[in-house]
Amino acid sequence: MARMRRIFALTAGLAIAAGALFWWLSAPGRAPASVLAAVSGDAARGEAIFHAAGCASCHAAPGAKGEARLVLSGGRRFPSPFGTFTAPNISPHLEAGIGSWSALDLYNALHHGTSPKGGHYYPAFPYTTYIRMTPQDAADLHAWLMRLPPSPKASAPHDLPFPFTIRRGLGLWKRLYLSPDWIVSGDLSPEEARGRYLVEALGHCGECHTPRNALGGLEKARWLGGAPNPAGKGRIPNITPGGLDWSKADIAYYLETGFTPDFDSAGGEMAEVVENLSHLPKSDLMAIAAYLKRVPPVKSEKKSAQE
Amino acid sequence: MSDRNNRKAACALALGLTVALAPAAVMAQGPNDPLHMSTAARKAHMKLLKWNISKLGGMAKGAIPYDAEKAAAAAANLKAVAHLDMGDAWLEGSDSTAYEKSRALPKIWENMEDFGKKFMDMQAAADAMAEAAGQGPDAMKAALGNLGGTCKACHKEYRKPKDS
Repeated sequence: MARMRRIFALTAGLAIAAGALFWWLSAPGRAPASVLAAVSGDAARGEAIFHAAGCASCHAAPGAKGEARLVLSGGRRFPSPFGTFTAPNISPHLEAGIGSWSALDLYNALHHGTSPKGGHYYPAFPYTTYIRMTPQDAADLHAWLMRLPPSPKASAPHDLPFPFTIRRGLGLWKRLYLSPDWIVSGDLSPEEARGRYLVEALGHCGECHTPRNALGGLEKARWLGGAPNPAGKGRIPNITPGGLDWSKADIAYYLETGFTPDFDSAGGEMAEVVENLSHLPKSDLMAIAAYLKRVPPVKSEKKSAQE
Repeated sequence: MSDRNNRKAACALALGLTVALAPAAVMAQGPNDPLHMSTAARKAHMKLLKWNISKLGGMAKGAIPYDAEKAAAAAANLKAVAHLDMGDAWLEGSDSTAYEKSRALPKIWENMEDFGKKFMDMQAAADAMAEAAGQGPDAMKAALGNLGGTCKACHKEYRKPKDS
């Protein structure tokens, strides 16, 4: 009997230790207030960050056009292999939106995927990209978001199966896949570096154009190399030099107007991306094109291997 | 006539087009089968639009120098092509689920009124281009921006993305 009790105590002890380890490993990250101590937000600059980061594409009401894209009431649904996510209200409404958030709250959401109450956000919110955003840009974005029209619409819950309902587990996911390191490193020209910032820190192109592994982490070795469409059939194209042979000027013109080099036009989700990017200065669109030319080429996968 | 047909007829009139009520479940069989013919005709129509836009776009991009006369000629062509009566080529049942070469989503036929409106937006933008193209590069570029917006608006909703 004494032996049984000992085994029980040992098992219980191990379980508690494992639980404590899990709790410690999965804790949401937060930045100290000092990170924003020296910056103050500029709403006009924030507007450019807003367009470059594509906030409206997910957080505007489904089908919103023109000025209505500035009402970030949420509601758009995103099917994925892990369930269906619904974009929340991030308008500056005090109860329904993020009106009560400080700039530091927004910074922690963007950089750590951590809510003001200390919970994990799902990575459908691309903090794996925004972690590279500068404190200044995060503060500017905060200043701009707070000036947008508030919407009282309540955020809808996500529709996920167990075990993805346990948010705490995301802490472990973040340990694996949340990193502030640049994907494309090396000696970049100032233009290429600007393009890298626009793509890797704001535009989150990689979230759709890069394939994911079984845990939903990006396969960084195939960065921008094309991926199955999470919303259904078809593939999102390879935009590395291994899949896209457009000239730099052609890429920039496409991002500005939606016209391909043979004057077909963008459709689907990319039409919305163009709506955002058309607000950026041409020098920024050329910078994105310069960066795309610099990304390591990935060989396109055969269609048959994917479907 | 049923309500459904009435609605369709109204849409077709609004477009200045006729929507053909052809058998929905025809299978693609050969080069002269209706699915293949109607889809190919629609694509040819889009290619004619593209061909004329490419001349204006080349000037807008700076790849070819702006020439008021050539721009006006391309825009006049574009306007004529935009107004071609292609309604019966949007054959019900020739959507992307029924015919592999079609990228026209089935919801076109469920939202014919909205689809028709978007088509007319394109025609109006082509009309505006015909006015603007000869008025200098800036006027032409502005009109091209609007025209491109009408392409995107429809492709965003109603065209299946490429399986690239």
